[in-house]
Amino acid sequence: MPGKLKVKIVAGRHLPVMDRASDLTDAFVEVKFGNTTFKTDVYLKSLNPQWNSEWFKFEVDDEDLQDEPLQITVLDHDTYSANDAIGKVYIDIDPLLYSEAATVISGWFPIYDTIHGIRGEINVVVKVDLFNDLNRFRQSSCGVKFFCTTSIPKCYRAVIIHGFVEELVVNEDPEYQWIDRIRTPRASNEARQRLISLMSGELQRKIGLKVLEMRGNAVVGYLQCFDLEGESGLVVRAIGTACTLDKLSSPAAFLPACNSPSKEMKEIPFNEDPNPNTHSSGPSTPLKNQTYSFSPSKSYSRQSSSSDTDLSLTPKTGMGSGSAGKEGGPFKALLRQQTQSALEQREFPFFTLTAFPPGFLVHVGGVVSARSVKLLDRIHNPAFVGIMGNTRSYKLLDWNSFNSDEPETRDAWWAEIRQEIKSHAKALGCHAVVGYSESTSICEEVCILSASGTAAVLNPRFLQDGTVEGCLEQRLEENLPAGCGFCHIPYDELNMPFPAHLTYCNNCRKQKVPDVLFTTIDLPVDATVIGKGCLIQARLCRLKKKAQAEANATAISNLLPFMEYEVHTQLMNKLKLKAMNALFGLRIQITVGENMLMGLASATGVYLAALPTPGGIQIAGKTPNDGSYEQHISHMQKKINDTIAKNKELYEINPPEISEEIIGSPIPEPRQRSRLLRSQSESSDEVTELDLSHGKKDAFVLEIDDTDAMEDVHSLLTDVPPPSGFYSCNTEIMPGINNWTSEIQMFTSVRVIRLSSLNLTNQALNKNFNDLCENLLKSLYFKLRSMIPCCLCHVNFTVSLPEDELIQVTVTAVAITFDKNQALQTTKTHAEKLLQRASTDNEELLQFPLELCSDSLPSHPFPPAKAVTVEKASPMGEGNFRNRSAPPCANSTVGVVKMTPLSFIPGAKITKYLGIINMFFIRETTSLREEGGVSGFLHAFIAEVFAMVRAHVAALGGNAVVSYIMKQCVFMENPNKNQAQCLINVSGDAVVFVRESELEVVSTPQPAASCQPSCTGGEVTT
Amino acid sequence: MTSELDIFVGNTTLIDEDVYRLWLDGYSVSDAVALRVRSGILEQTGATAAVLQSDTMDHYRTFHMLERLLHAPPKLLHQLIFQIPPSRQALLIERYYAFDEAFVREVLGKKLSKGTKKDLDDISTKTGITLKSCRRQFDNFKRVFKVVEEMRGSLVDNIQQHFLLSDRLARDYAAIVFFANNRFETGKKKLQYLSFGDFAFCAELMIQNWTLGAVDSQVDDMDMDLDKEFLQDLKELKVLVADKDLLDLHKSLVCTALRGKLGVFSEMEANFKNLSRGLVNVAAKLTHNKDVRDLFVDLVEKFVEPCRSDHWPLNDVRLFLNQYSASVHSLDGFRPRYRHLDQGSGSPGPLRLEFR
Repeated sequence: MPGKLKVKIVAGRHLPVMDRASDLTDAFVEVKFGNTTFKTDVYLKSLNPQWNSEWFKFEVDDEDLQDEPLQITVLDHDTYSANDAIGKVYIDIDPLLYSEAATVISGWFPIYDTIHGIRGEINVVVKVDLFNDLNRFRQSSCGVKFFCTTSIPKCYRAVIIHGFVEELVVNEDPEYQWIDRIRTPRASNEARQRLISLMSGELQRKIGLKVLEMRGNAVVGYLQCFDLEGESGLVVRAIGTACTLDKLSSPAAFLPACNSPSKEMKEIPFNEDPNPNTHSSGPSTPLKNQTYSFSPSKSYSRQSSSSDTDLSLTPKTGMGSGSAGKEGGPFKALLRQQTQSALEQREFPFFTLTAFPPGFLVHVGGVVSARSVKLLDRIHNPAFVGIMGNTRSYKLLDWNSFNSDEPETRDAWWAEIRQEIKSHAKALGCHAVVGYSESTSICEEVCILSASGTAAVLNPRFLQDGTVEGCLEQRLEENLPAGCGFCHIPYDELNMPFPAHLTYCNNCRKQKVPDVLFTTIDLPVDATVIGKGCLIQARLCRLKKKAQAEANATAISNLLPFMEYEVHTQLMNKLKLKAMNALFGLRIQITVGENMLMGLASATGVYLAALPTPGGIQIAGKTPNDGSYEQHISHMQKKINDTIAKNKELYEINPPEISEEIIGSPIPEPRQRSRLLRSQSESSDEVTELDLSHGKKDAFVLEIDDTDAMEDVHSLLTDVPPPSGFYSCNTEIMPGINNWTSEIQMFTSVRVIRLSSLNLTNQALNKNFNDLCENLLKSLYFKLRSMIPCCLCHVNFTVSLPEDELIQVTVTAVAITFDKNQALQTTKTHAEKLLQRASTDNEELLQFPLELCSDSLPSHPFPPAKAVTVEKASPMGEGNFRNRSAPPCANSTVGVVKMTPLSFIPGAKITKYLGIINMFFIRETTSLREEGGVSGFLHAFIAEVFAMVRAHVAALGGNAVVSYIMKQCVFMENPNKNQAQCLINVSGDAVVFVRESELEVVSTPQPAASCQPSCTGGEVTT
Repeated sequence: MTSELDIFVGNTTLIDEDVYRLWLDGYSVSDAVALRVRSGILEQTGATAAVLQSDTMDHYRTFHMLERLLHAPPKLLHQLIFQIPPSRQALLIERYYAFDEAFVREVLGKKLSKGTKKDLDDISTKTGITLKSCRRQFDNFKRVFKVVEEMRGSLVDNIQQHFLLSDRLARDYAAIVFFANNRFETGKKKLQYLSFGDFAFCAELMIQNWTLGAVDSQVDDMDMDLDKEFLQDLKELKVLVADKDLLDLHKSLVCTALRGKLGVFSEMEANFKNLSRGLVNVAAKLTHNKDVRDLFVDLVEKFVEPCRSDHWPLNDVRLFLNQYSASVHSLDGFRPRYRHLDQGSGSPGPLRLEFR
């Protein structure tokens, strides 16, 4: 009996009136876990019942604890007829199962009903007593921590990054079972919610088991999705990266962090030097005789030996260069590595992480992606062969053998795609794929499976035990140019996988770099970027004939390569137009509908200092003789050139003056920076020389040979930049901005447009779609105008085609205000920035007058001087004033819970991860008009989902959700029947954060001398 | 291409104060958009009309969802659906319960019933306030009235506690509730020159001195209903005008005290009997509900108008009334058992204001 679950029902409030006669409710509660149910007494005639129940105790297996949600149902007692359900609360008790996370779940939960929405709240306390169980054959995986965050969580240290874990479970969808014809919509929705909750629990447990087998203790970058396949079932699948994490408990962990995550990384003790040692000398080309081959791990050995064994890692050439005393560690590690057969590298060397510990990423090859079209009606046929892919003969590992045939089919599909990704990566000379993700798009019986990632060469030291410390220390003295290593090509120059234009790296001038770089990861912390970045989107629609089954699938497969090509071209054009040379966080989504395919690619463009200056775009006409045409072309050319020049200015891309612009790069150490400056200014004159030597060969030529191409060029020029004061990106942080204030606003915006069905052409469709996205962005800028200067971070667009003529776009992002003044003061040292931040934060928290918020430069350390500077710092003062008008709800009974899709909270330090939040809700209505139409219905539902997420986080003792993501928002309407239904799936990590200013007071008793005045000021007022 | 659905949901609920005002003022979405366009917001932000339309719709939807909670402001504080900073919550509540001077003057003292609600169309046409806004304001009055109607304790405190209003606004509501409960006539043409503030001032003094709460703070309705016993006692004031000797004595006491102090002394001396009779008659009639309702009309007719026709300066009125009530105490038969008379019978407060 490995666990005892204890539940206490305390009280309810704001219950709905269930008895019209008395305008009151006789409420009681059913508490159900597994097959055991307890009931509270009926609390007569009250909308605010006080049950104050005994502790209900469930004695259960830990396997059940992981799989099952705690189900709390609030009912209205009725003497004569059946009791009416008021609503339910599902509580995932998983966070109580790890030792470091939450110890108790206690708080007010919204009572949710799938037909009526939130109907009051209930106060519940949940505890778990877990007994240690050493049964090696156990099916549970209690204790494995899960993180949605796609980087190493802030208060942990990665000891080993083991690698890819994946799992999927399949079930029948209750909505499509025969019983659904006779049960109520409520019962059907609840059955579905419960089933998905169960499946998620099971999935998580199974993934946890795999992690334990790999000797890991955590899954990072955990992404769970469900596919609603309709008749053929419900698939819940998840991928993640298994790691062994160490909790950072040293005081170093509590050093005041800086606002940008890049600086936050500095707290981790082992990242003193962000450069991997591997390319300190010698060519980066892997030397065959020094490579370590990864044979598959014992537990998961495969028959196939074709692709795994020759995966090569870059040799650790720097190994011998360290001090002799440190040699022991790496050497032993080397031995262990050889003997233990590099245990962690498994079938797929994939990592769902998008940001890495410094030094982990050695080279980046480029984006790899694979898609496959499948027919769902063949689900029960295990021998099914994908339409697109060639028949592959290998039989997959059957770790699902205890399941039915179905998951195996799905596993085979995904394995096929992963295999393709792996071979693409290999072609790029890379042994690993980072920033890996998978997605599906389903329409009727056709399903497109997609996977993408970034081919990369990784430093092996994180992939095995024990070497971390040794490697670190020996690299401390090495003097390497920072921020360009990852740009260097991993593939062989003479044997390039694709035509690319290579030049010497602008930074170190030793290695070759490509002219553009596309990746799916976040911008590496140590990358040197010039200017600011921006969100770049490629949008595309293609009409498709309506067809059935295989004909449909074939049509789609035929269209896909063209779409990919066009999306790529669009991205490239837009990137050039922005005068940038690299894309990060690239996500290409292909959505299939009845009669069309949509492609939406989002990425953040930046100018990497290491890569060559992008050439412009040149337009070439096909008929050079025609004079007027010629004129038109030259006019267009001029327009394009103007746009490029304007963009350069807008995004502060000014390569020759590298030394001035370096401010954007998040390199906090002044010593290091100055070194970097030197090396760059040295190289800067050579940059031009290099460029000259290459002439204009790298200029991008657009041939206008037909009206289509003309349209393309036009659409290029119609993209409007965001209004001044706004920036946007889809990565975690915006290069060039690192002075975030603590004002954040996470939001979700949904739009659905109906296309006029009359003679739709591709062009009209494209225009509609383009307008939809652009208008949506414009609306966001307008709505958030009070936050200027601000940046929309992690902008995540999702497109779906719910019906024939409907296009739905869902955007989730976070707007973060930054401080314009600070951005200009580039000469500030780290300490000064801290001081300043301390003063601003103190100011905000203590509701101080404006005196403290001004720049407290060390030369003016006294309060009067600070007061003088107030007037000058007007934008900042405004910002703080705004903050102050929205102070934390200390006096309100409802605590503020922040939500953000980012992995960090600006101006704050995450001190504890409380567990994963993974929630699935269905909402249905049969009175659509009365609820304010589709907009009113969805608006209310999303607000309710946010509320339920916040309530769960607060009950865990947290005050924020990081890495929040709305993975699915499936909306269906039937206005004729006055009905609508929506399914939403969200996830994130519940955390506790502490404001930096509070931390400073606590943990740094001796701040820098210049810091004294403001700190003491802060303490006095506390 | 038509937009089927268009929503924006923030983790912190976005409240645009300008749009909130337009919504409270009862403008339709299209009117609000037009008004916003006229405010020059498009030029300031570079937005398009479509963006403005979508933004306005969104805010209106949010306000519509919030309205249910605003009906019981403590709910707004405890609810979990909308995350709103406390300062914003306070703003939402305060603005929602704010009312137009023009509107409140129309309904002040009227019964807050369905019948009055039907007249809102006329009030709307008359005042130029949209019907929607009139309805909101009327419903607010009625809601506050219903909640505090049968409650113990101070009226202002009760309102503040149940509606989380600022002190100022709570006092105004106390006046509205008090007037509605006692059905004071305020709509007569004669009374048109009086502002809501004037009546609110009177209401506050009457609550302090004339209600049950003034004697005993532990009864229901203490601040709403006038103290019947006190009104009954006022009848005994008749002796001041009925008894010739007493009247003369009273007059001489007042005149002696005010000689040389009043600019209108001779007029006062000449009119003393009329004025005193007027005041005492108004006071003595208050046992009848009908006369309670006409209190302000009577006061204006019987006291304010005579004074005004003689061009009494405001300060002279004040001096006279103070002296008028103070002198009563020196008269035989007026022992301190008429506690209310100290502040009450002469109604110096209300009258002082009615001279404005």
